[in-house]
Amino acid sequence: MTDATLSIRDLRVTFKTLLGPVQAVRGVSLDVHPGEVLGVVGESGSGKSVSFLSIMGLLGKNAVIEGSAKVGDVELVGANQKAMRRVRGSEVAMIFQDPLSALNPVHRVGAQVAEMILAHQRDMSKDAAANRAVELLDLVGIPQPEQRARQYAHEFSGGMRQRVMIAMAIANNPKVLIADEPTTALDVTVQAQILEVIDRIRKEMGTAVVLITHDLGVVARMADRVQVMYAGRVVERSDVHNIFHESRHPYTRGLLGSQPTLGRERLTPIPGAPPNMLQPPSGCAFRARCVHAAPQCAGDLPELVQVGLTESACVRANELEALV
Amino acid sequence: MSTPVVEVNNLTKEFVVKSTRGLRVIKRTVHAVSDVSLTIPEGKTVGLVGESGSGKTTVGRCILRLIEPTAGSVKFKGTELLGMEQNDLRKLRRSMQIVFQDPYASLDPKMTVGASIAEPLEIQNVSGNHQDRVAELLELVGLAPDHARRFPHEFSGGQRQRVGVARALALNPSFIVLDEPVSALDVSIQAGVVNLLQDLQEQLGLSYLFIAHDLSVVRHISDTVAVMYLGKIVEVGPAEDLYLASGHPYTKALLSAVPQADPVTERGRPRIMLQGEVPSPINPPSGCRFRTRCPIAKEICAVEEPELKERGQGHPVACHFADTVALEMPNPAAV
Repeated sequence: MTDATLSIRDLRVTFKTLLGPVQAVRGVSLDVHPGEVLGVVGESGSGKSVSFLSIMGLLGKNAVIEGSAKVGDVELVGANQKAMRRVRGSEVAMIFQDPLSALNPVHRVGAQVAEMILAHQRDMSKDAAANRAVELLDLVGIPQPEQRARQYAHEFSGGMRQRVMIAMAIANNPKVLIADEPTTALDVTVQAQILEVIDRIRKEMGTAVVLITHDLGVVARMADRVQVMYAGRVVERSDVHNIFHESRHPYTRGLLGSQPTLGRERLTPIPGAPPNMLQPPSGCAFRARCVHAAPQCAGDLPELVQVGLTESACVRANELEALV
Repeated sequence: MSTPVVEVNNLTKEFVVKSTRGLRVIKRTVHAVSDVSLTIPEGKTVGLVGESGSGKTTVGRCILRLIEPTAGSVKFKGTELLGMEQNDLRKLRRSMQIVFQDPYASLDPKMTVGASIAEPLEIQNVSGNHQDRVAELLELVGLAPDHARRFPHEFSGGQRQRVGVARALALNPSFIVLDEPVSALDVSIQAGVVNLLQDLQEQLGLSYLFIAHDLSVVRHISDTVAVMYLGKIVEVGPAEDLYLASGHPYTKALLSAVPQADPVTERGRPRIMLQGEVPSPINPPSGCRFRTRCPIAKEICAVEEPELKERGQGHPVACHFADTVALEMPNPAAV
């Protein structure tokens, strides 16, 4: 196994709120390797976005971050602003669901991409950076890049804006690209185009990609490995085929079962709602909604253990085959 | 054959938008919906799919006259709605309701859920005990009667959408426009609301117009599916036919673009990648509106607009080359 590009260990994020501490992320560990796509799946509030916002230093002052996140030898958790600025964009870059709010409305798009280049490559001339910006816009599939570089964000469609974001993200050849729901706001035909751009960048530049999404279809299409999150923890982890076909966690199975089927037979939703993270339940956080819950599930927090072909954080994972 | 619940003929909606160039005001027309015809049979679900800007929501709102159509005809159980007096229309609205996409925005945060559900009863001067009716409705949608005293912020997204459904059902409608009712919900919650909608349909004999951009949900819930592109229906037919034997290149591309939640089928199936994005409805392309992105467009497509008609697919398709689509383009739905 090659060395991980991004290595997260026991990451914890707690938000201080008026109502008390909210434990958004409760001990997440993961590795991402060069050129692979790690899919991070979970529903709203599962902590999938917060985990990565926290290591990028993008959360507010009320967030308490513990644990470790390393890119190469550089530790991101607890790094000061100056150190973070050196890392962000050059080692790790991130793109978001809403590209319009991530772009500056009063600067030309090309200038924003060039600014990103100059922030990390100080010795480059402004002209060279502007030319490189046009090359990058071309690389992400923006037609007529010279003209488009002189336009503003409002003159771009949603898909084109997301391409600009990707161009900015890869401007300094980052080792890791974190894509947080990059296609959720886009139409399906445009989504297909953006996913292809991300895939091409991964192949051509060897970038490690973390793809955060709630869409199991996008994961099935793009990911090499998948980790499923629930209530701030990773509940199952494996390569993409095993997650879909050999899952040993009731939550993963519940998600798969909720997918609309071809015929008109009834869907099987997961009953109930995710827990309130102000008072996370003891033991397995999913047990209140789990059809296989048993007394032992209220015990210790279940850890990821290899069961069959996946790593599952279910204390009954071994019995699960017989239960279904 | 019985009269369909809703019959839409040649529905057109144009919005005039004003913009300024210096001191000059320029009026331009957005062709949101052009010449759309649609029939919703009793007790059935018609799915309306399309990307943003395709006009699907406008169609739904024009049917209920929440937006005034520019031209065409909308008949509800044989009665023409266009041109009807507001008073008469209000009476008919008892039978036609709508559920909106955003359960956060469609409920008044300062009203209890019970008051929101009872509001249609008050507006329509329905006699009887409203509280009992609210309790009954809450149970019908899978909530508890004592939830009536709570406020919207005390509910999760899925529960709020159930409240929206309860409010739509308050007046015993026979037809409901469901405008992206599950798009804002997580999958595990979405499945529960989809099941609820199907149960209610069976129990109460409701007819639905189900508007969504998510093709897999539409396929699951609909009897008939109509695909819209830039204000026009490009293909309409029985759900299974449309998915397995689509005759329009846009339908094919759309199906191919939706990722399947299975890595084996998803990676093994052919993909049709459309270039570019949907053109502006202010200035739609001549001839076939899809031709600028169509992989099989030929000269005739720019000149002559293809009519939506039966072309040997067993259902109407608006493409000059519908017969070759099946042969020349891979079938993305094939598993």
